[in-house]
Amino acid sequence: MTLQTNIRAMKKTLVLIAAAAGLTFAAQPALAAGEAHALRNGGFSFEGPFGSFDRNQLQRGYKVYREVCASCHSMDLMHFRTLAEPGGPFFDSHQASPAENRWVKALAKEVQIADIDTETGEPVMRDGTAADRFPNPYPNATAAAAANGGAAPPDLSVMAKARHGGANYIYSLLTGYAAVPQGLQIRPGQHYNMYMAGDLTPFMPEGAHVPPGGFIAMPAPLTAGQVTYDDDTVASVDQMAKDVAAYIAWASDPRQVQRKQTGVGVLIFLFIFAGITYLSYRRIWKGVAH
Amino acid sequence: MSDHESTYVPKTGIEKWLDTRLPIIRFGADYMSLPTPRNLNYWWTFGGILALCLVIQIATGVILAMHYVPNTEMAFASVERIMRDVNGGDLIRYTHANGASMFFIAVYLHMLRGLYYGSYKAPREMIWIVGCLIFFLMIATAFLGYVLPWGQMSYWGAEVITNLIGAIPVVGEPVLIWLRGGPAIDNATLNRFFSLHYLLPFVIAGCVVLHLWALHAAGQNNPVGILIPKDRQAKDTVPFHPYFTVKDGFAIILFLMLFALFVFFMPNALGHADNYIPANPLVTPAHIVPEWYMLPFYAILRAIPDKFGGVMAMFGAIGVLFVLPWLDTSKVRSMRYRPTMRTFFILFVIVGLILGWCGAQLPDAPVIGTFKTFTLIDGDLNSYLWLTRFATAYYFAFFLIIMPLVGLRETPRTIPATISEPVLSGGDAEMKG
Repeated sequence: MTLQTNIRAMKKTLVLIAAAAGLTFAAQPALAAGEAHALRNGGFSFEGPFGSFDRNQLQRGYKVYREVCASCHSMDLMHFRTLAEPGGPFFDSHQASPAENRWVKALAKEVQIADIDTETGEPVMRDGTAADRFPNPYPNATAAAAANGGAAPPDLSVMAKARHGGANYIYSLLTGYAAVPQGLQIRPGQHYNMYMAGDLTPFMPEGAHVPPGGFIAMPAPLTAGQVTYDDDTVASVDQMAKDVAAYIAWASDPRQVQRKQTGVGVLIFLFIFAGITYLSYRRIWKGVAH
Repeated sequence: MSDHESTYVPKTGIEKWLDTRLPIIRFGADYMSLPTPRNLNYWWTFGGILALCLVIQIATGVILAMHYVPNTEMAFASVERIMRDVNGGDLIRYTHANGASMFFIAVYLHMLRGLYYGSYKAPREMIWIVGCLIFFLMIATAFLGYVLPWGQMSYWGAEVITNLIGAIPVVGEPVLIWLRGGPAIDNATLNRFFSLHYLLPFVIAGCVVLHLWALHAAGQNNPVGILIPKDRQAKDTVPFHPYFTVKDGFAIILFLMLFALFVFFMPNALGHADNYIPANPLVTPAHIVPEWYMLPFYAILRAIPDKFGGVMAMFGAIGVLFVLPWLDTSKVRSMRYRPTMRTFFILFVIVGLILGWCGAQLPDAPVIGTFKTFTLIDGDLNSYLWLTRFATAYYFAFFLIIMPLVGLRETPRTIPATISEPVLSGGDAEMKG
């Protein structure tokens, strides 16, 4: 086999890889009608193959979640200890284990956890520990729905994976409460958001231009200065939205940065291994017409 | 090949003892020295790649099953728990989920290679048929596995697909209830799907053994597509090892690089965001779509206005592959020497991609621009509905009309007498790569 034919083989492999990349796009479903607004870009540090989380941003985002979102939204899959996992907002290189992390223990202590008295079996409330899950603001889904006009606020544990656009979607949604478009018939308990999925055609006067977005039951959750950041960052709505979006993106897949770092090593290894194997191949087939 | 003489000589006492009782070392040694056509190109490496895919899926799957909880209340959280709290769990789970996609990329290329080079023709019909069976089992396994995380697409995908069974006249309804383990998809469904998802890969492994057995009985095809005469064996073949172990090995590493790209950097790119929303029987997703590798068949299903007709067409699209060896009337195996058929083949690949694209779109959505043309029977001509129908028509016509007719009417190019001929004269470059 000549070098030329081998180059052609390589090219073909590249075409295959490109085709597979094409699959990624084919796998995306069609956009529903009225969902045409391009998402705002939060310029997040964790995007791209080498991106990683900004720890300060994650800590600020956690504060926004705890003080604002957590009053209605659960995060059932999160444990306090997860906050101290490597790559997490409160990781400390000196900690014996995530459950021993001093900040996380302090943060957990701030919440009350429903439990039973180990002596009597009576229901009690106790201070949280690092091993505890984030407490759910409602005793059950029915209570959550009843307190929120019939629809339970969604759990935020994997929210960045559960919406197209991930962190950018969350950031856009939180800052997407625009003035109600002229003529839009808005139902009580609903709010207009220009990034919410939906089709507003039935709610607009006949023939009028249909605005992008949809109705959302959650009122605009953020107001400027609502949270006092510990690092003197100005708590504008835009800043808080960005920070909490980054935090939710981290919580949705806490190991993503480590995985990407491993991936770089894996690809370098495979690249070298491929080179060595290719040279063996050339050597073994030397002088063998095929 | 079938008449391949064993050259293995047991050396140590243990080997001699074993060789008369269970000649397993001889089996392996014969396999490694198997005379293999020397002109096999890179399209022949997907067999080895697929074997690796199966091993990866079983290995990761067995570990996942140690942590997964097949209960509608806990399944979703248990999958997430694997990715958060199990050591390396995120890699294991993402490898398994993306491994399914990689498996299908490889199997589609493997099947297209067989189609192009006529690997299904006599005496290799059984290799092809067992292969089709493996493909069918793969689809079933992938479908069952997709239900297990119990997200919205899991639940509603299961709803749509099991409902198809209900479309069968008379027996449909009772069979549907039997499959689901009740009148609706619930815990009983999830439990049996988990059980079957664990079982089927081993059935696939069994079929792979049959696939290889048939392969070694009939001998490998090659890009020229001619059977290697006995007196040419020495000249036209090389031992499988090291010649093809190293070639397959190189291809496998390139494939693993693609695999790693998805697992490490975009593990959810091939999935659907809605499957990270826990299953809710009361909320239907805006747009129910299967995984990308099922999209062409999903498109065929939706192309037929009648539900039962759609089910028949979808299963027919896979079923027609089983009888392919008898639909092709050409005596020439390789399409390298069948220019007319090659054009139809390229068109077939494009149509397959179009069907996949259509499967992900809303049937009523316009294909070009946003304008309407005119209504043809039950939909606008400029819609995915009609594009899907034209593509479906070609899909079936390719097997049922084009293959039998072209084989009878075409004039193939001159076929070389030996596989060395085009190799040595260099006239082999076109599909060589």
